[in-house]
Amino acid sequence: MTLALSISDLHKSFNQNEVIKGMSLDANKGDVISLIGASGSGKSTFLRCINLLETPNSGEVRVDGELIEMKTNSKGNRMPADQKQVDRIRTKLGMVFQSFNLWSHMTILQNVTEAPIHVLGQTKAEANEKAMLLLEKVGIADKAHQYPDHLSGGQQQRAAIARALAMDPEVMLFDEPTSALDPELVAEVLKVMRQLAAEGRTMIVVTHEMTFAREVSSKVVFLHQGMIEEQGTPEEVFQNPKSERCRQFLASSY
Amino acid sequence: MDFSIVWQYLPMLLEGAWVTLWITVVSLLIGLAFAVPVSLARLSNNPFFSSPAYLFVLYFRGTPLLVQIFLIYYGSGQFRHELTDLGLWGFFRDPWFCGILALVLNTTAYSAEIFRGAISAVPRNDIEAGRACGMSGLLLFRRITMPKAFRIGLPAYGNEVIFLLQATSLVSTITILDLTGISRQLISKTFAVYEFYLTAAAMYLVMTYALVYLFRMWEKRLSGHLQERVVSEPR
Repeated sequence: MTLALSISDLHKSFNQNEVIKGMSLDANKGDVISLIGASGSGKSTFLRCINLLETPNSGEVRVDGELIEMKTNSKGNRMPADQKQVDRIRTKLGMVFQSFNLWSHMTILQNVTEAPIHVLGQTKAEANEKAMLLLEKVGIADKAHQYPDHLSGGQQQRAAIARALAMDPEVMLFDEPTSALDPELVAEVLKVMRQLAAEGRTMIVVTHEMTFAREVSSKVVFLHQGMIEEQGTPEEVFQNPKSERCRQFLASSY
Repeated sequence: MDFSIVWQYLPMLLEGAWVTLWITVVSLLIGLAFAVPVSLARLSNNPFFSSPAYLFVLYFRGTPLLVQIFLIYYGSGQFRHELTDLGLWGFFRDPWFCGILALVLNTTAYSAEIFRGAISAVPRNDIEAGRACGMSGLLLFRRITMPKAFRIGLPAYGNEVIFLLQATSLVSTITILDLTGISRQLISKTFAVYEFYLTAAAMYLVMTYALVYLFRMWEKRLSGHLQERVVSEPR
């Protein structure tokens, strides 16, 4: 079976500052992988490298077996060899952002149908119908015709999840999806994410929600200073961490 | 004051107002078509595009419109032979062409700066969300960047439109009988300075407020997301 996602020896530097120092990660279909670690450990940057919102300096990213081709331009910068390939692969990677990133001038329904219509070429009727089912699923169908600013943070993030799902992605990428939310709104977003995990969605989740990581993940990866310090099943990582740093991090997270 | 004389010449004044409106709209539409590419050239990382656009904007924002009109209309006479050889003299001897050309270039420069600012002000998060959905290049610009930039830039652009309407009065200096030109001609005939200029001013005011109203409606239409919720319910 081809891996849903395979990243090997990824490096990323911002100017002289190396943030990701050679990370590899494989995800089978249906895996839920939680990336945990302190702020600045490189979790978000690593996630953003997967769909090339950050361009890795070296390393390989394969989505559903397909390698994203990279090249080095005349100025010595790494860049995608074929933007069309990147666009196509991005449609297979649903991204959920920390600050939702909904398009504020569009209604919730328009947010969800925008890419299916204009990227995937679905008809408006088809996209609308599917969007309503997804909004139903995340519990905000009644907000379809409202604008994002008129919704609570939790509702906005659920709308953003529906927007990502509307592309029928192979893998969902979550970049600290609950970090910008008030504590009482976190639960409603996590509930949706648990539901997706239960349905067998492949998910990579950067999170500070240790309960979620422990209960929902099939694999937990602890990052420290741009490297994978520890990884394993939630039981292995949470109950019996081998690394001292991981132990300290978990101790301070409870 | 005797406004009955104005009444007598009202059809001519209205004709002048029509000319003013016509010049405004034509200059505006052509200027808009040029302004978008110029603003993109300004934003380009490639100096081959950004430098000429920068110089263009610098010149037309940095010099008075009246001087630009005179340069194009009277100045082109000095190059009559060259322009004739190029087959362009027919255009440059025509005050309408010169007047509209100056207005177009001027409004292009100002509008391009408005659009440049608006495009830069589109939140990075919006762009990233578009990219993450598989958009890039023209599609991303057309679907995400442009609609957002348009909303950001619309109030400032509305201002530019009003400015252009007033600025068209300058073309009266090169023999065009717009509202200002007609008024001046009628005054030299009747010596009723106050009556005619006051009437012309009132007509400009009406046209300006018609434009203000149109832009306000347009902004309202485009900014549903900034308005109060119609349905009030607890969050």
